[in-house]
Amino acid sequence: MSAGRRLVRAGSLLAALGAWQLLTAYDVNLWLRFEQFPTVAEVARAFAERAGTEAYWQDLGSSLRRIVTGFLLAAVLGVAAGTAVARSRWAADLLGPLVEVVRPVPAIALVPVAILLLPTNEQGIVFITCAAAFFPVLVATRHAVRALSPVWEEAVLTMGGGRARVLWSVVLPGALPGVFGGLSIGVGVAWICVISAEMISGEYGVGYRTWQDYTVVDYPGVFVGMATIGALGLLTSTVVEAAGRRITAWLPRVPDRAGPAVPRPPRPSRPRPRRAPEPPSAAASASAREVPVPEKEPVP
Amino acid sequence: MSRTPFPSPAVPLPESGGGAALALEGALLGHSGGPAPVGPLDLRVAPGEVLAVVGPSGCGKTTLLRTLAGLLPPLGGRVLCDGEPVRGPGGDRALVFQHDALLPWRTVRGNVELPLAVRGVDRAGRRRAADGWLERMGLAGHAARWPHGLSGGQRQRVQLARALAGRPRAVLMDEPFGALDAHTRTGMQDLLVEILRGTGATVVFVTHDVDEAVHLGDRIALLPSGGVLDVPRPRDRAAAGDPATRALRRRVLDSL
Repeated sequence: MSAGRRLVRAGSLLAALGAWQLLTAYDVNLWLRFEQFPTVAEVARAFAERAGTEAYWQDLGSSLRRIVTGFLLAAVLGVAAGTAVARSRWAADLLGPLVEVVRPVPAIALVPVAILLLPTNEQGIVFITCAAAFFPVLVATRHAVRALSPVWEEAVLTMGGGRARVLWSVVLPGALPGVFGGLSIGVGVAWICVISAEMISGEYGVGYRTWQDYTVVDYPGVFVGMATIGALGLLTSTVVEAAGRRITAWLPRVPDRAGPAVPRPPRPSRPRPRRAPEPPSAAASASAREVPVPEKEPVP
Repeated sequence: MSRTPFPSPAVPLPESGGGAALALEGALLGHSGGPAPVGPLDLRVAPGEVLAVVGPSGCGKTTLLRTLAGLLPPLGGRVLCDGEPVRGPGGDRALVFQHDALLPWRTVRGNVELPLAVRGVDRAGRRRAADGWLERMGLAGHAARWPHGLSGGQRQRVQLARALAGRPRAVLMDEPFGALDAHTRTGMQDLLVEILRGTGATVVFVTHDVDEAVHLGDRIALLPSGGVLDVPRPRDRAAAGDPATRALRRRVLDSL
């Protein structure tokens, strides 16, 4: 990213914080009421205070552990169920209607189910997180598997490959770009549900702490909680995005269109391990694609 | 005339498994519920023979190949490989698709290694064999690339390398050079002739190009009639202008 764009991005965040500070410091009251609202400085002070305590990091660890467990479970189950539904008529008949009935129920409405079924609160929260992320992953996988070109499967079949080989060499890798779409949505939904579940029934956790602060009217504390959730959410979605980019490095990518209109001078090539060879400049790739010139000239 | 735009083979051929005998006996080809089936067809392909199949668009050339590959069961009659009924696709009959069927998530080498992995060849053996085939196809420098970065001619060469790497006893090719420009196509045909001589595999080759059929085929099957014409040897580009070849070309065109 160019320095100018970084500047714009940082500037936008700073402007929002500045507006917040001004509105709250001067207790602005124009229909929207900012008198009770904590100032940025108060929140920052509270954050510094909290970050020094062990309880803050314990809450953060609890929430992270819950979301990672629930999300990974959902990823494995969602990919497995989505593939099964897309590939097998039996699975489609058995699981299809069930999935469509349970899917519209908001995961957070499953709290009573979790309390009835599972012995501990901890497991209940993981269950709800998992349920939340499961459906986006399942639906994305199902669509991605169904959209695969049959020609790849036929190619493997005519090599003598069986069902298992088709599954591992064609279906799963081919569906990955779509699966990662589902995972990205799933990790976002999972945060909503882990925080909500913690607010309802947690012991420890960022959601639990935020709700506690609210009940004792510690508004700066509430905002510290929100900022923490935002930062953790950004972290997890960045991890999912980065993993997706790395694993689907084989996808042809559009060269950076947001760059300057004039072609940049070629940069010295740096070794980039485990990445797709980037599409070269338009002129170079066009010539590489079209010209059938042999690599070696024939000897006359 | 006999310009070969591809490097000559530097790697010895793997020993051949011998060609398979393919046969259709009164076979009706098509999809159940699809358009009217083709046939009944009777056709015998001897082991090691190169059979070119020509016919107008939509006459069932691709359907014929898919049936021989075992991807499509015949609607009637029998399809035989070495006298045994074909029950489904198998590694002994490789199919080279008309359109690119390389797995985009595997590198060029990964694609060529795939049939070897299916056969349970260990990692080192796979790599050695795949690199050997890539070198034969003049693609040694492209082994680590993704398929989407290759030109059309390079992709077709990778497809061919992948089909042959599994050491099939029959190679079924569906207009493999149809999408290539004339110059690249000539080079690919010459390369193919040279390689096929070494493998001994039976070849069924679909094309809409009569000259290609005359140049590559031992015999030419005409669809939808099912008639078969012999092609006099030697097959040579230099023979393209001689009267016998011209007469054959005329006969093929007349019967279409």
